[in-house]
Amino acid sequence: MNKLVKDAKEGIEGIKDGMTLMLGGFGLCGIPENCISALVDTGVKDLTCISNNAGVDDFGIGLMLQRSQVKKMISSYVGENDEFERQMLSGDLEVDLIPQGSLAERCRAGGAGIPAFFTPAGYGTEVANGKEVRYFDGKPHILESALQADYALVKAWKGDRYGNIIFKGTARNFNPVMAMAGKITVVEVEELIEPGGLDPNFIHIPGVFVQRIFQGTGYEKRIEQRTTRSKS
Amino acid sequence: MLDRNQIAQRIAQELQNGWYVNLGIGIPTLVANYIPEGIDVEFQSENGLLGMGPFPFEGEEDADLINAGKQTVTMMKGGSIFDSSMSFAMIRGRHVQLTVLGAMEVSDCGDIANWKIPGKMVKGMGGAMDLVASADNIIVAMSHTNRKGQSKLLRQCSLPLTGVKCVKKVVTNMAVLDITPNGFELLERAPGVSLEEIQAATEGRLIIDGDVPEMKL
Repeated sequence: MNKLVKDAKEGIEGIKDGMTLMLGGFGLCGIPENCISALVDTGVKDLTCISNNAGVDDFGIGLMLQRSQVKKMISSYVGENDEFERQMLSGDLEVDLIPQGSLAERCRAGGAGIPAFFTPAGYGTEVANGKEVRYFDGKPHILESALQADYALVKAWKGDRYGNIIFKGTARNFNPVMAMAGKITVVEVEELIEPGGLDPNFIHIPGVFVQRIFQGTGYEKRIEQRTTRSKS
Repeated sequence: MLDRNQIAQRIAQELQNGWYVNLGIGIPTLVANYIPEGIDVEFQSENGLLGMGPFPFEGEEDADLINAGKQTVTMMKGGSIFDSSMSFAMIRGRHVQLTVLGAMEVSDCGDIANWKIPGKMVKGMGGAMDLVASADNIIVAMSHTNRKGQSKLLRQCSLPLTGVKCVKKVVTNMAVLDITPNGFELLERAPGVSLEEIQAATEGRLIIDGDVPEMKL
């Protein structure tokens, strides 16, 4: 079960114009930096990107927006990005905004073989437009469908060539559920570990969900809002 | 009138021992600075952590440890990390006892609008819709009126809704109000603010029952 590939370029091989991608991360935390750079290099376009956020102007998915590679974004929050706003208002970019918890659960469902589920989130709002409503315990819920992607691009902390991976801190966020929902899941890790080096009790995502894995390089890990307190 | 910190301080009085609490961006974040003596609570951040601590000391920021506002934070002892679907499982599953968030408008039946101004601001709802749809106890922290001096406590929201009939309590710079079937029930006044001033700044139905005490901070 060797899933090891050489680098990001080999990792994203086969991504074509018009495909649907999932990209892990929350803000700039835990984003697949190497895969995004490689995507920018290929020039592949008309992509539908499922990602909680859309990066900032000059980092993350923002780099793909700069080159007009994205046709549609499916996200929960897209502030902090002027180029995004410009493309959205001009109609160049299609945007589907959905509640964060529904986004996470739709990915999880997509990977878990659950085609749809009912949730209270968004009932009575424009998110519910056109969706089936059903009452459970007297409370209204809306039907949300599962999401899947041609490729899921995931950033993990450590992993082995079997595809077993673990995450660090809040860089975990959407990465595990997206790893489950990709037809081809590509994982970039900060540290590639020899099989057996990860305690099976503490694997976050088992290798069964992963098709390709590689050792990432040159992580910038940009901080969006650097907040501190003084020692006094 | 209360300032932002005093609004947070008043909301902190609502905290109960053993509660898990989700604080939104802005004034709600400040609530963590005023936890009353002897009250043990744990803060949940919907990007995936429980037991969120204060901002790190300078030089100790960790790019892999942020809150839902993308700010660098720390963890308390006994904290935990999880993925986004588990984070919203604890929210949707009502394992988090209190949500505090900001709003642009609140209606007198508990509707809230805080995510979109058509044609002007379209940033997305983030986790707000999931939070307000499920939490048993939702407190809104906001100014009583907007920058133009118009009431934010309305008969009906004019902006796109985030959730319906969900807000339980509103704490503003002028007052503490409960949402009841008959409208906003005035519970407390900010020090020095009169009933008439509150009435004038409240467009939605307002219930004033007898003497309304001043807040104690």
